[in-house]
Amino acid sequence: MLSLPNFAAQAFNGLVLGALLALIASGLTIIYGTLGVLNLAHGAMFMVGGYAGVVAYQYSGSYLVAVAAGSLFVMALGLLMERVVIRHFYDRPPEDQILVTFGLGIVYVELVRLTFGSLSQSMPPPSWAAGITSLGFMIYPTYRLAVVGIVAVALLALYLVLYRSRLGMIVRAGIEDAVMVDSLGIDVYRVFMIVFGIGAMAAGFAGIVNVPIAPITPDVGESILVETFVVVVIGGVGSFPGAVLGGLIAGEILSLTSMVDPSYSQVMLFLVMTFVLVVRPRGLLGEQGRA
Amino acid sequence: MAIGKFGARDAGPVSRRTLLRAGAGLAGGALLPSGLILPALAEDQPALGTWPDGSSGSSVFVGISVPRTGTYAAAGEDLIKGYELAIEHLNAGSEIMTKISPNIKKGVLGKEVKYGIADSEAKPNTAVQNLTKFISDNKAVMVTGSVSSAEAVADNKTADREKVIYLVGISGSNDTTGKDCVRYSFRECFYGQTAAKAIMPVLIKNLGKNKKVAYLTPDYTYGHTVQKSMEEFGNEGGWTKATDQVSPLGTTDFSSYLLNVANSGADVVVNINFGRDAVLSIKQAKQFGILDKMTLVVPYNTPFLAKEVGADTMQGVFAATDYWWTLEDTNPIAKMFNDAFRAKYQYSPEWSANLAYAQIAMWADALERAKSFYPPDVIKAYEAGAKVQSTVGEVFFRGADHQLVRPVVIERGKKPADMKTPEDFYDIVEVVPGEGLMQSPTEFGCKLGSYT
Repeated sequence: MLSLPNFAAQAFNGLVLGALLALIASGLTIIYGTLGVLNLAHGAMFMVGGYAGVVAYQYSGSYLVAVAAGSLFVMALGLLMERVVIRHFYDRPPEDQILVTFGLGIVYVELVRLTFGSLSQSMPPPSWAAGITSLGFMIYPTYRLAVVGIVAVALLALYLVLYRSRLGMIVRAGIEDAVMVDSLGIDVYRVFMIVFGIGAMAAGFAGIVNVPIAPITPDVGESILVETFVVVVIGGVGSFPGAVLGGLIAGEILSLTSMVDPSYSQVMLFLVMTFVLVVRPRGLLGEQGRA
Repeated sequence: MAIGKFGARDAGPVSRRTLLRAGAGLAGGALLPSGLILPALAEDQPALGTWPDGSSGSSVFVGISVPRTGTYAAAGEDLIKGYELAIEHLNAGSEIMTKISPNIKKGVLGKEVKYGIADSEAKPNTAVQNLTKFISDNKAVMVTGSVSSAEAVADNKTADREKVIYLVGISGSNDTTGKDCVRYSFRECFYGQTAAKAIMPVLIKNLGKNKKVAYLTPDYTYGHTVQKSMEEFGNEGGWTKATDQVSPLGTTDFSSYLLNVANSGADVVVNINFGRDAVLSIKQAKQFGILDKMTLVVPYNTPFLAKEVGADTMQGVFAATDYWWTLEDTNPIAKMFNDAFRAKYQYSPEWSANLAYAQIAMWADALERAKSFYPPDVIKAYEAGAKVQSTVGEVFFRGADHQLVRPVVIERGKKPADMKTPEDFYDIVEVVPGEGLMQSPTEFGCKLGSYT
C-alpha cells in the first residue's frame, strides 16, 4: 500500500511503536552501561509489570494505580534481584551473567503462568484516553496517542535522574572508575542496586502502559527482549540517548516496512542492525571503547 | 516382468534386495514363538496400531489433544466441553445419542469410554507428542482434537503412521482432507473452499457486485487456503483484492496491518483470523475507524467472537459457521443438545462444542456398524457413507476423502436492540446444503493411504 496517506499513517504509527521500544531499551541499556550486566530477564520483567498492573487494576479500577503498581512492583523485584543474585555476578564472566539472568527470566515467566494461567489479560485505556481521534490524514486510537506523551514524560524523568541529579553524577563516576568513587566514601554497591531498580522499573512501566494496546500473556517478553536488543545494538550499547534514538529508528523500520510487506518488517530490522554493526560496531551513539 | 505375484505388484522386476528382505521376513516369522502368533491368527488379523491391546479390557481410552494455552485456548476449552458431554452421554446411553443414530448403544461395543486431555498449545510438535503419548502409554483406540490446521495436519500424519483413528477438531484448511488427507483421519467441520462457496453468493447479493476486498490472513495453511478460496469465488461477482495482510499466528498489535487496510481503498474487510487473533484484530479495526468505512465479513467464524467483541461491533456482519444455537428452532436434536449443554455449562454451546459432540457420536456409530475395533473395519464403516442425523440435519462422510458432507450456516450479526436474549447475537440467513458446496475429492489432491 504505497501511498502518501499510508506513508504518513505508518510513519506516525512507527513513532508510537518506537516510543515504547525506546522506553524498554533505555532500562536495559542503563543497567548494562552502569553495571556491565546484560539482563536477559528484562523481557520477563516487562511482562511482570503488565501482570502486576492488571492485578492492581482489578482491585482498584484505576489506570494510575495500575501504572504505579506495575512500575513499583518490578522496581522492588529489581532491587531484590540485584541484592540477592546479580551482585554476586559482577566479577564473574559475562557468560555466567547471561545464564543467570536468562534463568531468572524463565522463572518469572513460569511463575506468572502458574499463577494466572496462559489466557491473555487485558485492561481498558483510562477514560480520558479512550475512543478514537481523527488526525485529518488518519483515524487513530486516542490511547496510542497518549502513549507517546506518557513515554516522553517517562524518558525525560529518566534523563533528569541520570544526567541532572547527584545520583546520576555518582553513577557516571562509578562507570568511569568504581574504585575511586568507592574510596571517596560513596557506597558504589548501593548506587548499583538503585540503578538496577530504576532500569527494572522502566521495563515494568512500559509493560503496564502497553497492556491497553495489546493484551498480555506470560510469554510476551520473549519477542520484546529480542526487539529491545536490536534497539540497544543500533543505538549503542550502554548509551541512554542511543536507546531512545534506536527505539525510534526500530519503530519506523517496523512500520514503514509493513507498508510494503508486513512479513518483512522483522527481517528489515535485523538487516539494519547488521548494517550498523558492520559500519559502526559501537552503535550510532555508542562511545568508543565502551561496552 | 518376472517372478509372478511380487513382480506384478511392484510393476517391475523384483530386485535381489526385495527377495532377500522377504526371505528374511519369512525366516523371522518362522522363528517366532507360537504363543505370539496364535492370538492374531485366531482373528485372522495381525496386531495393528493399538489393536487389539487397546480394546481388550472392559473400557477403551480416547486421547484428546487441544490448545488450552495461547491464541486458540478459548476454542480449545469449548471443544473439551463438547467431548466431555458426548462421552458422558455415550457411557450413559442417553436418548440424544440414539436420536443421532439408532445404532449407538451404551458405551462403544459394550465398553465404557475413558479419556485423557493434553494441551497442544496449537503447536504441531506438541500435538504430535500428545498423540504419541496417548497411543503408547494409554493404548488409545482413538485420538482427537485440534484448533489449528497446522496441528490437524501433523495429527493426521501421526495417526496414519501409528494406525490409530484420529478425529479432526477445528481445522478450516482445504488441505486437511485435501493434499494432506490420510486414511486414518475424519473431519466434521466445513473448510475454506466450502465456506467461500457458501458465503460469497450471499455477500454479492447483499453487498453488491464489483467490491474491493482487503483480507486479513493468518500466515499458515488455514489462512492461505481460505483466502485463496474467497478470492476465487469473489471473482464471480467481480470482487477484486485490494490488499492481503498476512500476519503471524498470535499477533497482538495489528496496527501496521490495519493502517494498510485503512489506506487500501477497500469496501469490504474479510477477516480470516481465528481465535484471539480474530478478537484483537476486530477490536483494533474498530479503534482505527476501519469498521465505520468498510463492511466486515468473517468467512470462518470464531467461537465466542460476538461475546468478545460485542454485539455493537458484530451487527450486520456476515459470517459462515458450523453451527449456531438458534438452529434449535427447527432442529429437535439441536434443541436436545443445547438443553443438555446449558444444563451442564450454563450457556448456549458454540460450534466448537457441537463439533466435538458430533465427532464422538459419529465415531460410536461407525464402531457399532463395524462391530469391531479393528481399525480397517472401523474406517470401512465410516467410508460406507451411512447417513446420521445431526444438529445441522442429515450428514454423512465421503469415502473418498473422509470429509463430512454437511451444510454451512450463514449468519448475520443482529442489532443489539433486536436481541431477545444476551446470547442472541445472530440471525441465520441461510443453511446451505453441503453436497453442492464441495469440490470433487481429488481437486485438492487427496490420496488416502493404506488401511494397514
